[in-house]
Amino acid sequence: MSGAALSSSPSRDATVADRLSRNRRNQDRLVQALCLLATAIGLAFLLLILATLLYLGAKGLSLGVFTTVTKPPGSHGGLLNAIIGSLIQTGLGTLIGTPIGLLVGTYLAEYSAGSKLGDAVRFVSDVLLSAPSILIGLFVYTVLVSPFGGFSGLAGSVALAVIVIPIVVRTTEDMLRLIPVAMREAAVALGAPKWKAIVFICYRAALDGIATGVLLAIARIAGETAPLLFTSLGNLNWSLSLAQPMSSLPVTIYQYAGSPFDDWVDLAWVAALLITFGVLALNVLARIVLRPRS
Amino acid sequence: MSTTTKPNIGAMSARASEPLHDARISIRNLDFYYGAHKALKSINLDFPAGQVTGMIGPSGCGKSTLLRVLNRMYDLYPGQRATGEVMMDGDNIIAPGMDLNQLRSRIGMVFQKPTPFPLSIYDNIAFGVKLHEKLSRAEMDERVEWSLTRAALWGEVKDRLTTSATGLSGGQQQRLCIARTIAVRPEVILLDEPTSALDPISTLKIEELIDELKHDFTIAIVTHNMQQAARCADQVAFFYIGEMVEVAPAAQMFTAPKEKRTQEYITGRFG
Repeated sequence: MSGAALSSSPSRDATVADRLSRNRRNQDRLVQALCLLATAIGLAFLLLILATLLYLGAKGLSLGVFTTVTKPPGSHGGLLNAIIGSLIQTGLGTLIGTPIGLLVGTYLAEYSAGSKLGDAVRFVSDVLLSAPSILIGLFVYTVLVSPFGGFSGLAGSVALAVIVIPIVVRTTEDMLRLIPVAMREAAVALGAPKWKAIVFICYRAALDGIATGVLLAIARIAGETAPLLFTSLGNLNWSLSLAQPMSSLPVTIYQYAGSPFDDWVDLAWVAALLITFGVLALNVLARIVLRPRS
Repeated sequence: MSTTTKPNIGAMSARASEPLHDARISIRNLDFYYGAHKALKSINLDFPAGQVTGMIGPSGCGKSTLLRVLNRMYDLYPGQRATGEVMMDGDNIIAPGMDLNQLRSRIGMVFQKPTPFPLSIYDNIAFGVKLHEKLSRAEMDERVEWSLTRAALWGEVKDRLTTSATGLSGGQQQRLCIARTIAVRPEVILLDEPTSALDPISTLKIEELIDELKHDFTIAIVTHNMQQAARCADQVAFFYIGEMVEVAPAAQMFTAPKEKRTQEYITGRFG
């Protein structure tokens, strides 16, 4: 009796197992298909944007774009002042914002443990991270533009720096916290003061992550328009003075894309192409430079 | 030397071993607290110069804590404090006002997991040396070679000193950490379960190294491996729930322990 029950049960189990296994495989295929579909949709939009950008941007691309400043419609203007203005303001914004963000992030990760001040700083920084950039523009307008009597490239750079700071704070803190405690202790155990352990060991260990954070920040501010509208305003003429209104690619796009002149609209597409591929090139370059050596 | 107020097996055994060797470090009535929790209770222990002192005991018994008292590692963490005497060259190590960076250059430490810095092999060693000495390039080269040779690693890495230390195998990384520690030329080396993350062959190399190094350094090693304690240590201290139960020469500890708890632990009845 029991022998018969034992010998018959495996065959019944095998059928059940077979069906269950088939079901599992089908479910797996379904989920895989859904994931692929979602990926395809996301990528399609990205590719569509890039293709449109390439198609419409490349049309207006010429050497003149890089050698001529912006001119009235119909007189073959370029984007030289906007390109240089963007480089100056993005560069200066990064230069001002990165050291501040780095130090604040270091404070939060290494020195603020359990302190109320640290929690408050972290909270404010996170709020700033998601603050609408137009508010940052208005803030800098209130403290730098309005009291000092005019729009300026410096004000634009400061507004961009304010955007950079919370991004660098967040990534610096996160990356420093990823470093194992043992690494810090090993440095301290050799007789290193805490600051030397941080500067020579922890920064080195977190370099890739921190650099990625800075790159993210550059990519973000390279395309920012709103904070510049209230600060550096834009300038249709050639000017390198930080005390004067300064042109930039995003603001030029904003002004040109909405204009009724075809050549201005074409230039707006070129400007958009330049920003996108400029940021892309920077990312690729950083990946090559920061590639782990072994 | 201060006398202990209450009789204690550890102190008696420690005293018994004193005539043979000068104590490099003498611990008297040491208490240690993690916040309100008392993790070490009136410890008395001597670390004889030029010898290996092994510390054994079940997890959480306080042996690593004791090691971290000796180089004041606990100072990194607020809420941890020690009271009592840890004497070295007439100074109480745990007294306030001790120059910690200098102390740590005299008492080096190697950790459980290999912790190579994300620097080249050469710079891993130069980092510690530069903290305490100003050396010319040639002198530094010499020091790097000396320490790597002492750590039995020179032959394996001499052709790739400028490559990243993180590319070394686990056993090599741990020997690099030992090289890095002795490059600073400490007097005492603390080893916190230095082989528990390593394979048997790397473990053997480290153990041979410890045997070699004790001629020049006083060594304290925490280990979970009783065979290792028996192989490496000259004297062994047994810890149990924050107390030092017994200290004795290694041979005696593993053949004729005085205390019942020691006996039970080394025969595997608990821990």
